[in-house]
Amino acid sequence: MPSTAAKKSPRVPVRSGRPAPELVFGDLWTFDPAPETADPKLKPRYDLFIDGAFVAPKSGRYFDSINPGNEQKLAEIALAGREDVDAAFAAAQRAFDSTWRRLPGRERGKYLFRIARLLQDRAREFAVAETLDGGKPIKEARDFDVPMAAAHFFYHAGWADKLEYVAPGRRLEPLGVVGQVIPWNFPLLMLAWKLAPALAAGNTVVLKPAETTSITCLKLAEILQDAELPPGVVNFVAGAGETGAALVGHPTPAKIAFTGSTEVGKHIQRSLAGTGKKLTLELGGKAANIVFDDAPLDQAVEGIVNGIFFNQGHVCCAGSRLLVHEPVADAVLAKLKQRIRVLSVGDPMDKNTDIGAINSAAQLHRIGELVASGRKEGAEMYQPPCRLPAKGFYFRPTVFSGVSMSHRIAREEIFGPVLSVLTFRTVEEAVEKANNTAYGLSAGVWTDKGSRILKLSTELKAGVVWANTYNKFDPTSPFGGYKESGFGREGGRQGMLEYGQLA
Amino acid sequence: MVAPSSPPALRRLLDAIGTVDAVGVEERVAKYATRSIKKAAKVWGLRKAVSMVDLTTLEGKDTPGKVASLCQKALRPHDDSVPRVAAVCVYPSMVRHARRALGSGNGVRIASVATAFPSGQAPLRTRLAEVRAAVADGADEVDMVINRGAFLAGDFGRVQDEIAAVVTACGAAALKVILEVSELETYDNIRAASFLALRVIREGDFIKTSTGKTSLNATLGNNQVMLEAIRDHYLDTGIAVGMKPAGGIRTAKQALQFLVAVKETLGDAWLTPARYRFGASSLLNDLLRQLEKERTGAYQAPYYFSEAAESY
Repeated sequence: MPSTAAKKSPRVPVRSGRPAPELVFGDLWTFDPAPETADPKLKPRYDLFIDGAFVAPKSGRYFDSINPGNEQKLAEIALAGREDVDAAFAAAQRAFDSTWRRLPGRERGKYLFRIARLLQDRAREFAVAETLDGGKPIKEARDFDVPMAAAHFFYHAGWADKLEYVAPGRRLEPLGVVGQVIPWNFPLLMLAWKLAPALAAGNTVVLKPAETTSITCLKLAEILQDAELPPGVVNFVAGAGETGAALVGHPTPAKIAFTGSTEVGKHIQRSLAGTGKKLTLELGGKAANIVFDDAPLDQAVEGIVNGIFFNQGHVCCAGSRLLVHEPVADAVLAKLKQRIRVLSVGDPMDKNTDIGAINSAAQLHRIGELVASGRKEGAEMYQPPCRLPAKGFYFRPTVFSGVSMSHRIAREEIFGPVLSVLTFRTVEEAVEKANNTAYGLSAGVWTDKGSRILKLSTELKAGVVWANTYNKFDPTSPFGGYKESGFGREGGRQGMLEYGQLA
Repeated sequence: MVAPSSPPALRRLLDAIGTVDAVGVEERVAKYATRSIKKAAKVWGLRKAVSMVDLTTLEGKDTPGKVASLCQKALRPHDDSVPRVAAVCVYPSMVRHARRALGSGNGVRIASVATAFPSGQAPLRTRLAEVRAAVADGADEVDMVINRGAFLAGDFGRVQDEIAAVVTACGAAALKVILEVSELETYDNIRAASFLALRVIREGDFIKTSTGKTSLNATLGNNQVMLEAIRDHYLDTGIAVGMKPAGGIRTAKQALQFLVAVKETLGDAWLTPARYRFGASSLLNDLLRQLEKERTGAYQAPYYFSEAAESY
């Protein structure tokens, strides 16, 4: 630990007599609206994608998908009932038995490459659709979600003909039909994380998107058709909890892969007990982002902002607990507040928007409720003075200081743009506080000292530990959790192993 | 303040002012490039950038005639709708010619590089004499270079003392301290050198990235590190120092990205030629070209803007 005793504190203005100097972030130079104008090519109504074709639901029921940025209806989505789920699994089983498992890996790889390229071709269209449907800023959909989804297809396309090298001396056999359920925070990307390794390993798939974000999933079905993927290899059934329960409880799938809340994850694990189905779960998180006094503070602040406000905080690995070393706590908080003042909150379709819309009214309500609990329990709240659009679901970036481990906002996953700031005095205390949570998906460490990074990377019980950065993803890097953040890994060689059995 | 000639000088200074993470800085500044600036905001930014230009000629072949035409361009960059630039920047021997061409009291200032620009490798008294001569000839602003040799040798006391001596020699003239970032190499060094200067210069003085005479000049990254140093110093002392990126900024698009960095790091009070300048020559014509494009909807031919830097 560097000595802090003799250090002057040049970053904390303490002066008497005249007012402390302040920076003015006013409206001298406000940017004109810069709306993204590409056509998302939405259909008024999306049917289920079963056996290579769009089919109307047997129930005849549809539900609305709305734009959380302005609460307007975007499209109608077919609601899959039990019979539709049956049909999807029957198609998947047929495809597995008749074509997909017999296809050489290099041929499967070609389909995946084709999907990746078609997605790149239509990147702008998909980015706009993702933003309209989910509320994330267009610059994130454009620069992160869509390119990263394509990268996952590319990466796993490369695995398809190299499965004998996953585990030397052994072969990776497909499991059969896989049932997958994905969340609403990264609809297209989570779909790619699930679909690409499953197909590369030779499995066929029935996948359910989240009910608030089905559109890019069903748009991807158009790409699967264009890629001439054999019918039934991938099937999409849309709907809410009931559809999910029908999918998870179905006798056909050899494996269930779920990304979503810990509550539902536990329920799924209970329901699968004794069935012999494989299961991987990627659940919630309450990650610690730990800033030591020797950290490069401006870059740490940038990482803190990226860690909690990326995708409105709808990120399971969000750095929602900031643990900051006491000697620099005031300086970090002051810099953080300054940085947040220049974040632009509002219309997700504006290219300059940093923080877009909360995904749904229900989620907005939950965030509001947890924030109210933080204020009630005595934490100090800061929100920048920004104007929010009148229509749509928006929440100001929020920082709570003076938070202790017993506060609800320090323990429960908020899944919104809300940061809880705690302090620590020693490395041991930092590790203990970081690990004192039911979750263990990710963590961040900010320090100039390399040895401390290595030490913490082993002591922090988290699936990913980022050092002097945050929220970095790559298809080659396995992602997954400890404890109630789930089990199983996605990405990399480890992720491939989850979609097959070694023979 | 800083002990002279001891190897851990950098370490000690960084302990006091904090370090910089290169990857993080570059990630931060990449976001400036994604800002989409349209319509009225674009015109405002372009006009502001014009008013911040230090129109520069620093060549061995400069003549009174060349300087006179540079001054003419500075006073009237295009037509009456476009503001004057902030200053012309010339070698000391050209200051009196610039003064003759510009007259006085018309808002365009005369800046002169001094202190054995660009290397600074002359005895201190020679460098100070050069500063005094430039001021006596009519320079409103002096652009000095720091002693990079002393900095890299860890002799921070000497670097800072020399800057302080130049401050005195400047008298009423404003000072711009050139760090020559490409020779300092690391962001840590750039932050350290910024603070060495900030602690001895005055409100209204500037720190500046480069001479324009080396391979790498102003980038969004080193601009950011210096803006953050200015911000920290201001919040700590209340002394507001200006910033001048120089060299390598050739397009209007780049200039707007630098201005976004100013807006989001130092705020509105720095969006003024009194606190932010562009050291550039070819930038001005691209700003004019883009302003004409915004006004007329079409790009005009190069000769419309007295394009070649040689023939203002």
